[in-house]
Amino acid sequence: MDQHRRKFILQWADNAMILGQRLSEWCGHGPVLEQDIALTNIALDLIGEARYLYQLLAKEEGGLVTEDDYPFLRKEQAFYNLLLVEQPNEDWAFTIVRQCIFDHFHFHFLMEMKNSADPALAAIAEKTLKEARYHLKYSSEWLIRLGDGTDESHKKMQHALHNMVKFVGEAYEPVEADVAMWQAGIGPDLTKLKDKAISDLKQVVAQSTLDWPNQQFGRTGGKNGSHSEHLGYILATMQYMQRSYPGVEW
Amino acid sequence: MTQVSSLEEKFLQVIDAEDKIEPKDWMPEEYRKTLIRQISQHAHSEIVGMLPEGNWITRAPSLKRKLALLAKVQDEAGHGLYLYSACETLGIDRETLLEQLHTGKAKYSSIFNYPTLTWADMGAIGWLVDGAAIMNQVPLCRCSYGPYARAMVRVCKEESFHQRQGYEIMTVLAKGSAEQKAMAQDALNRWWWPSLMMFGPNDSDSTHSEMSIRWKIKRFSNDELRQRFVDMTIPQADLLGLTVPDPMLKYNEAKKGYDFGPIDWDEFWNVVKGNGPCNEERLNARVKAHENGSWVREAAAAYAQKQAQIHNISKTA
Ligand SMILES: [Fe+2]
Ligand SMILES: [Fe+2]
Ligand SMILES: [Fe+2]
Repeated sequence: MDQHRRKFILQWADNAMILGQRLSEWCGHGPVLEQDIALTNIALDLIGEARYLYQLLAKEEGGLVTEDDYPFLRKEQAFYNLLLVEQPNEDWAFTIVRQCIFDHFHFHFLMEMKNSADPALAAIAEKTLKEARYHLKYSSEWLIRLGDGTDESHKKMQHALHNMVKFVGEAYEPVEADVAMWQAGIGPDLTKLKDKAISDLKQVVAQSTLDWPNQQFGRTGGKNGSHSEHLGYILATMQYMQRSYPGVEW
Repeated sequence: MTQVSSLEEKFLQVIDAEDKIEPKDWMPEEYRKTLIRQISQHAHSEIVGMLPEGNWITRAPSLKRKLALLAKVQDEAGHGLYLYSACETLGIDRETLLEQLHTGKAKYSSIFNYPTLTWADMGAIGWLVDGAAIMNQVPLCRCSYGPYARAMVRVCKEESFHQRQGYEIMTVLAKGSAEQKAMAQDALNRWWWPSLMMFGPNDSDSTHSEMSIRWKIKRFSNDELRQRFVDMTIPQADLLGLTVPDPMLKYNEAKKGYDFGPIDWDEFWNVVKGNGPCNEERLNARVKAHENGSWVREAAAAYAQKQAQIHNISKTA
């Protein structure tokens, strides 16, 4: 298979997988029962989306590997997710800010991908777009609600946004695979996508009465397998069973 | 005839006719209190019950299992939600109920005070714990109190799905490697007796039963339900090739059911009273989630109030 296409699919799948894994940590510990359920829904959607993509890869790679080999048997540097999605949950403020940043990218990404020249990928985008639109609505509403809630919630959200803004840009910085896929008509033009997504995001932030932090530097590296320290711990947990009991069915 | 006794007579007529008591109907204070205790205890059990299985979501061994477990634990949250709502129809709010849980005033099912130590516990819990819950809850679908009965119909459907899912996990393990099979046997060993305890004390020692049966809240005694559970489960264990940890277990031809060994009621009461292996961890986790969530709930309320004000101003303007 085309190595650029393979990597492009893994970037997409790993984002959904790692963020889904992060969100699933909340299950049973949410701030109120209704939101525990809602956040778990998003986790289910994202892991489901990753699964479609891993299944596609497994099929295309000739049946020698299974969908589970991708999340459970790759090492840190073979994961290509954004640094954003591996950041810890911290609290509800960080979780919502991280989600809202991701959802803006994810939604616009899928909007483009549904018109991809690659029919298999277009079909997955089509299937998951409705969920992503709902996620975007959910996290935007919570960003506004908490930004414009109490003094305490405003402070917590501002603090979270201040800490997370350095992870906004990476999604829109093309790596080699992005460029190749864009040229092939398979992937989106990230520069164009950036304009739309970031201006939407800034609008939600403005509505939430939060200030957009003035920060020059963005962190990158995840898309090329160079991660933060957090990913190793995520994988240590996530891969524990497959590593401890290699080669059996569950 | 006094007013109360005629009301009470009418209430009992509804019960005897197998009709439903609805929130606005007159009911004896003791009936209301019994239901609040039972429904809230049930709701708390659903919520605390998310924790032992929640433990394994991040470690589930495959994508399929991770999704199924996540969905299962989410279902339990949904059960908690319906049950808190059913309880609220009796004139008590969720905040008060949660406070009773957090201060230890209200109980939840003791089974959740046992630890989940291996992946096989996800199988054993689904199979045995959800299985025992169904045995207890199917008769509650005919409970005399309408909102509880209706909540139970929905809950039971999902619980039986959980039970099958748990059994299926056990099946794969039992047919798997020697290590997997040992893991399954170990889980059965640890969960068997606590599952039998889920039906509560022996009938001879049960305090709440009599009135509950008269009022058709409860239909069968603890021992009857426990016996049915054993009779249903032993053939399933046989099919898996696993052995229930009870040397006294024996089929009794005369009663067409299994005789089983005595339950360790000291252990049961010890765990009920707070001295189980995970009582503190479970309660602390719930209290912590609630406390960490307070700023979120306050902010959401404040925002909703601001929005309502804006809405009112624009309406009057
Ligand atoms: Fe349940
Ligand atoms: Fe239940
Ligand atoms: Fe269940």
